Amino acid sequence: MSEEIEGTKPATEEATSEEQEEMDDKVISPEKAEEVKLKARYPHLGAKPGGSDLLRKRLQKGQKYFDSGDYNMAKAKVKNKQQPPAVTQAEKAEITGDHIPTPQDIPQRKPSIVASKLAG
Amino acid sequence: MAGAGGGSNDVQWCFSQVKGAIDDDVAEADIISTVEFNHSGELLATGDKGGRVVIFQQEIENKSQPQCRSEYNVYSTFQSHEPEFDYLKSLEIEEKINKIRWLPQKNAAQFLLSTNDKTIKLWKISERDKRPEGYNLKEEDGRFIDPNTVTALRVPVFRPMDLMVEASPRRVFANAHTYHINSISINSDHETYLSADDLRINLWHQEITDRSFNIVDIKPANMEELTEVITAAEFHPHQCNTFVYSSSKGTIRLCDMRESALCDKHSKLFEEPEDPSNRSFFSEIISSISDVKFSHNGRYMMTRDYLSVKIWDLNMESRPVETYQVHEYLRSKLCSLYENDCIFDKFECCWNGNDSVVMTGSYNNFFRMFDRGQRRDVTLEASRESSKPRQVLKPRKVCAGGKRKKDEISVDSLDFNKKILHTAWHPQDNIIAVATTNNLYIFQDKVN
Repeated sequence: MSEEIEGTKPATEEATSEEQEEMDDKVISPEKAEEVKLKARYPHLGAKPGGSDLLRKRLQKGQKYFDSGDYNMAKAKVKNKQQPPAVTQAEKAEITGDHIPTPQDIPQRKPSIVASKLAG
Repeated sequence: MAGAGGGSNDVQWCFSQVKGAIDDDVAEADIISTVEFNHSGELLATGDKGGRVVIFQQEIENKSQPQCRSEYNVYSTFQSHEPEFDYLKSLEIEEKINKIRWLPQKNAAQFLLSTNDKTIKLWKISERDKRPEGYNLKEEDGRFIDPNTVTALRVPVFRPMDLMVEASPRRVFANAHTYHINSISINSDHETYLSADDLRINLWHQEITDRSFNIVDIKPANMEELTEVITAAEFHPHQCNTFVYSSSKGTIRLCDMRESALCDKHSKLFEEPEDPSNRSFFSEIISSISDVKFSHNGRYMMTRDYLSVKIWDLNMESRPVETYQVHEYLRSKLCSLYENDCIFDKFECCWNGNDSVVMTGSYNNFFRMFDRGQRRDVTLEASRESSKPRQVLKPRKVCAGGKRKKDEISVDSLDFNKKILHTAWHPQDNIIAVATTNNLYIFQDKVN
């Protein structure tokens, strides 16, 4: 790099170092360029991507509810929107609050099984 | 019978069949989550997110002719797993079938293991083509006859009936995994199998459901120190004492069960050295191995990470012997792939019958084949547009940058929602099963 060239040395050196800088910018791997983009969008992103945070999120997959009460409330809400519990005419006539729910009224946890379309 | 030889260039892949609904509105339950041929290739099983298994059976048009056309038709379908809720941990357990593995056939019935995140089940699929007729105390429709009216005795006989295929759960292997099961693998000893979750691997006997042995445990004493998880595991095809497991850090460990009861110390560690100057935020994520498969001959293993497929010689731990780029053009898209979570997609890979070609999926419903001997690769597409009977598949090309040629597709036009994660290759013939989101495509070698 630092070869002794007489006379025109300073001009050549300048051009070389400029060219070198340009080259360096282009030579940044596409991966590193993508990293720069990501860090620009999410400045708070931690330095250790594969570390505990990511892995712990993976291990905790499926944990959606605080407790079973929370889960059952959520399921009941969904079911009530889709299928109001079947009530007879007599029961409909009763005043709200007098009616005690029976197992038949409480919606089932899972909808009826549908066959796979691959077998169709 | 068609040999499994021939490189990806000798073979002309033709559309054979497609299974599943055509409509674009895909129900979650219909998403295919696993595809597996049995050992003879006669049966093809699929599992989906709804916990259902569909088995197809090969029906050969003309058995006397070599290279005859065959079709796979529905043989049996059943609900393998149901959604569950773990009340103790407030954990929803998905019914999605993560893996199906066939047992080698020992008698007339077929057996397979299917697993979701927590429970493995052994299913027996048997045929019934005769039924007893002529009971003394029952009418044909099942009504009981008054014994007092019976004046003569007869021996019931078996008469043929329409074929009925029955699937019944024979064993349920539950409560052995705290974390989510990612792999099951049947041992060549025909007696045991392993199941692997994120942190542990268990060894089971196929007959015993109330006990399993823990053979690998990488859970750290302090979960804050967790640096890697187990991503896949498989038994060696012939050596019943050997298995491998891959990690999220891109390493593969080979363990020998003869060494100790708990195989936490590996016999071999396969890891490709990384140039530290090339390291980026994404390096570890894209090095995570999503699948590991031994070759049929047991001398090699193949791993799939986000961008490549690597073939390892079991005798050389320092680096893979072959590396194939699946979709290198995605390296300059990692930022957006991280944002839309695609960078975490788990692609599988498979070998052909004689280990000369390997296959894996990609995006835009593309899948790739790499011919190891001829050093050639091809990109094909599973699409409804190329689904005319026996239509030859045209090779596809992705244009990474610069001028896009006619028939090429640019990286920015790729549909990242159309992923091919699961593919399977018939154990002997050039027949492949490729799963798109909710459809199963079957392609075959062109019949001369």
